[in-house]
Amino acid sequence: MDSNQQAEDAAELVTETLVEEVSIDGMCGVY
Amino acid sequence: MAFDPDRGWQLHHQVAVRPEPFGALLYHFGTRKLSFLKNRIIVEIVNSLADHPDVRSACRAAGIDDDQQGPYLHAFGVLVQSKMLIPVDQNSPEGSTAS
Amino acid sequence: MTATAPVPRLIEQFEHGLDAPICLTWELTYACNLSCVHCLSSSGKRDPRELSTQQCKDIIDELERMQVFYVNIGGGEPTVRSDFWELVDYATEHHVGVKFSTNGVRIDEAVAAKLAASDYVDVQISLDGATAEINDAVRGPGSFAMAIRALENLKEAGFKDAKISVVVTRHNVDQLDDFKALADNYGATLRITRLRPSGRGADVWDDLHPTAEQQVQLYNWLVAKGERVLTGDSFFHLSGLGEPGALAGLNLCGAGRVVCLIDPVGDVYACPFAIHERFLAGNILSDTGFGAGFQNVWQNAPLFRELREPQSAGACGSCGHYDSCRGGCMAAKFFTGLPMDGPDPECVQGFGEPALAQDRDKPKSHLDHSRSGGRKGPVPLKLLAMPAKAPQKFCNESPV
Repeated sequence: MDSNQQAEDAAELVTETLVEEVSIDGMCGVY
Repeated sequence: MAFDPDRGWQLHHQVAVRPEPFGALLYHFGTRKLSFLKNRIIVEIVNSLADHPDVRSACRAAGIDDDQQGPYLHAFGVLVQSKMLIPVDQNSPEGSTAS
Repeated sequence: MTATAPVPRLIEQFEHGLDAPICLTWELTYACNLSCVHCLSSSGKRDPRELSTQQCKDIIDELERMQVFYVNIGGGEPTVRSDFWELVDYATEHHVGVKFSTNGVRIDEAVAAKLAASDYVDVQISLDGATAEINDAVRGPGSFAMAIRALENLKEAGFKDAKISVVVTRHNVDQLDDFKALADNYGATLRITRLRPSGRGADVWDDLHPTAEQQVQLYNWLVAKGERVLTGDSFFHLSGLGEPGALAGLNLCGAGRVVCLIDPVGDVYACPFAIHERFLAGNILSDTGFGAGFQNVWQNAPLFRELREPQSAGACGSCGHYDSCRGGCMAAKFFTGLPMDGPDPECVQGFGEPALAQDRDKPKSHLDHSRSGGRKGPVPLKLLAMPAKAPQKFCNESPV
């Protein structure tokens, strides 16, 4: 994912990224 | 998998798209990953992918010219990495829980 | 590129609350064949006001309309409801994914085969010890064997990627490697969560919660070996032990913002660890001032609107770690009698210690479905066998 990260950083210099991702298991309050 | 904007892509059949005021949430029932699309244009493009032979034409149809497509193509690349988007010849409901 | 105001990051969208939850916990019944000492829902006896099958289906219809992506079905022990499988099927047929939390009592070979054939159902087996000795001290004699049997059946049936859910305690924190090995052995994914002083957990929290040293041990283990371990974002209160971002997760309390709890009688709470009137948003069946039905409660309940306002750091404002730990868990603070705008009882800087040492009023939930006359601290546990017939509705004894 490194080149993805670099590309993402570059894109952020121009404009913010248009997509963000999370894992749904990262939600507190769900057991 | 590399993202090639000159070919056809589509949403994986296990992905749900939920409109939000800011854009949309995509949830992949197989990978349990959530993606957040941050403007309505990219949502429109994603929803229209099946109607276009390739991603660039879908972008143009939504008013995004080739020289403006960079951030969009980058975003689609991210969606391909997380298997939200797959090539058009690969969507088969039978036995395709995402790995 | 058209210039537009930047869209707030995902985490900021979440803090502000969404028009529908992303997922939610649904406790289907307070009935349970076990009496775990730390049960967050004080379960055991079925509540006579438990929702009917049709009422449950109506909720699922509403979740579908709202596009709630999935539900975590738990309880008590949800599989003791005679309509459990009917409801799971109904949910998946209506585009709501299901993960259910179980002690394994009903996961026999036939059930495991059925589950293996379904794409949209995930199973989470509860286990609190990597050995029977440690586990059964909390969950009751025979409960370890029952959980292992369920895992065996799932593995044999080809079910992929079950979850093993462990509540981290003073007595099992040394078994983290063993839990991981156990999960690997069954082709399952390990999930660890935080012990909170909720439900019966309040009675055992002082003795069972990890010590400060053990918290460091746990944090280090997560950083070193936790890459494929799920945490349900339970441990963001430990973030201050290291660099920001070292622990995967959103570091966000989702209560009332992106998640909530629906309980067996249709009450809606901010979170499953907060079953108390203070965190009761409303009821699905009866209009308490802003409309009946889940969507009305989610969107309009004053409690939820309050939670979606920017939260003040309060006494934690001057601490450099606040950005990472966000002051910890509101349920942990509430049930230990600590102020909500102060440190978490397990604050890694030790700021919770002075408050814990004082006399404090520990709020007790209005609800207690424990068997044997209610909560009274660790009770002798009896493991009950699988049922011969459907459970009684008004049940003061065995729910199975």
